[in-house]
Amino acid sequence: MSSTPIIEIENLSKNFKKFIAVNNLSLTVNQGEIFGFLGPNGAGKSTTIRMMLSLITPSSGTIKFFGKRFTQSDREVFRRIGALVERPDFYLYLSAYRNLHFFGSLAGADVSKENLLRMLKLVGLEGREYSKVKTYSLGMKQRLGIAQSLIHNPDLVILDEPTNGLDPQGMKEIKDLLINLARNEGKTIFLSSHILREVETMATSMAIINNGNTIVQGKTEDLLNTAEMKVAFEVLNPSIMQNIIKNSNLAKFGITEDSGKFIFTLKSNETNEIIKYLIENEVDIKSVVPMRSLENYFFQITGDKNADVN
Amino acid sequence: MLMLIKLELFKIFSKWRTYIGFISIFVLIPLIHIALYFEGKKLIELGTQALSGGFNLSGNLLNGFMATRIILQSFYVHIPLLVALVAGDMLAGEATSGTYRFLLTKPISRLQIISAKYISGVIYVASLLVILMILSLGVGILIFGTGDMIIVNSNITILKEADSLWRFYYSFGYAFLSMLVVYSFAFMFSAFVENSIGPIMATMSLIIVFSILNILGGGVFVHIQPFLFTTHMQNWKGLFDNPIDYAEINTSVAIMIAHIVLLTTLTFVYFTKKDINS
Repeated sequence: MSSTPIIEIENLSKNFKKFIAVNNLSLTVNQGEIFGFLGPNGAGKSTTIRMMLSLITPSSGTIKFFGKRFTQSDREVFRRIGALVERPDFYLYLSAYRNLHFFGSLAGADVSKENLLRMLKLVGLEGREYSKVKTYSLGMKQRLGIAQSLIHNPDLVILDEPTNGLDPQGMKEIKDLLINLARNEGKTIFLSSHILREVETMATSMAIINNGNTIVQGKTEDLLNTAEMKVAFEVLNPSIMQNIIKNSNLAKFGITEDSGKFIFTLKSNETNEIIKYLIENEVDIKSVVPMRSLENYFFQITGDKNADVN
Repeated sequence: MLMLIKLELFKIFSKWRTYIGFISIFVLIPLIHIALYFEGKKLIELGTQALSGGFNLSGNLLNGFMATRIILQSFYVHIPLLVALVAGDMLAGEATSGTYRFLLTKPISRLQIISAKYISGVIYVASLLVILMILSLGVGILIFGTGDMIIVNSNITILKEADSLWRFYYSFGYAFLSMLVVYSFAFMFSAFVENSIGPIMATMSLIIVFSILNILGGGVFVHIQPFLFTTHMQNWKGLFDNPIDYAEINTSVAIMIAHIVLLTTLTFVYFTKKDINS
């Protein structure tokens, strides 16, 4: 991963008449990063991606790709960008192979039979290459969408909700594929999602937006370290534990007891200190399970308990 | 650009709806030929009844030229529907299927994409008319042979056999131009909406309404009629007058070309600037 900026967005806004879909959004994505672009449904993620891909015109602001200012007429940059925006919609009357051939040709990709079949195999569509897309499930279309975004070997891959419709196995395969592309091939992945766990486990950096505004942006690890999380301590001698809690200042961690487990509310860097303290006080710890999730973090910073995230 | 046109043509000819036009031509023209084969003589007698008292009509009156003219006349309503069926889907179909999002995020400008689509559609219209010409004129001549052509309108025109064939080539060229106007309307409507039924219905409604205005005589309608493209679409019949009123034909051709240029420009400008929300 390098600090070469691949995407630089400054003060990007989009108004639909009086409705502000995106409001002064700024972010930077560096080379080799998997950048999580998070927010609940309707937060402005897809509108931002549509502006980045020239599908809609920004009301104001600038977008730079690979250090160069991007305008709608600048099409050459799309040789270096692969994208999957929202639903993976294809020509239903054509086969996956034909669809990939079609979009690959437009992208200037190697559309030899060998390469197309290799790409379809890579996304797990081997054996169904020549089936018409109308016979595909949403998950299969999603895989084809990802193949379509990668077929011309782009440097930057922009994926909007790429694991929608995938089963857990499919989600893992796509996640592994994206991590591999970033780590081993140096590709930059811009990943929009409202599935927080997906981003938490994949993204190196992230931005969270809500109601068209950027709420927070930074390295995933840094952001999560400052966030509070629940940690479950399972102990073999709960009575000792109860005594320690009663006679120490541990109560400040908002401890609750649930089925023999003691749930602490901690910041990430506090966990080790608590473990050490408990061991010193002869608590026999059976397990420590962090229950931290970006979901909690998201709720903390947005204050929106009803946001459509999972 | 050639690659784009090739890909667009591949898409057009991969759709079932494209073949509706060809199938209907392949079915209807032989049906008309069969009907003319068995009932054509009666039809000719009926058409020339008024002349039979003063003229001696001889020779092969029911010939391939006559059959083709009858087919052209009957297909002037049918072909626009077949054109609109494909043109109405060319842009709106991408919006409906959601494929704009892939199509317009490639290293190709919107102008190139819409140009390729427009040209591919023009090729479809041309192929439809070529098939129509081969089936009506070619097969018509094979079945009925050639001969002089009697055209009964407000006056009677008799065209010599040698003077007929070129008029058909011109009239198919004229038909092509007329259908391009229809195509341009449907294509424009297709850019405005996200459902392909709308442009087809809008185009056909426009043709029907304008055709009704064409047949309404007197009053304000007389002043409107010269501006309706349907008025000029019908002027292909003037190519079978003797002598041909070239001034009128040229005016109609110019007005149709102006329609095509204006509609296409509007469509291209709108498409290159529109926000893709589908």
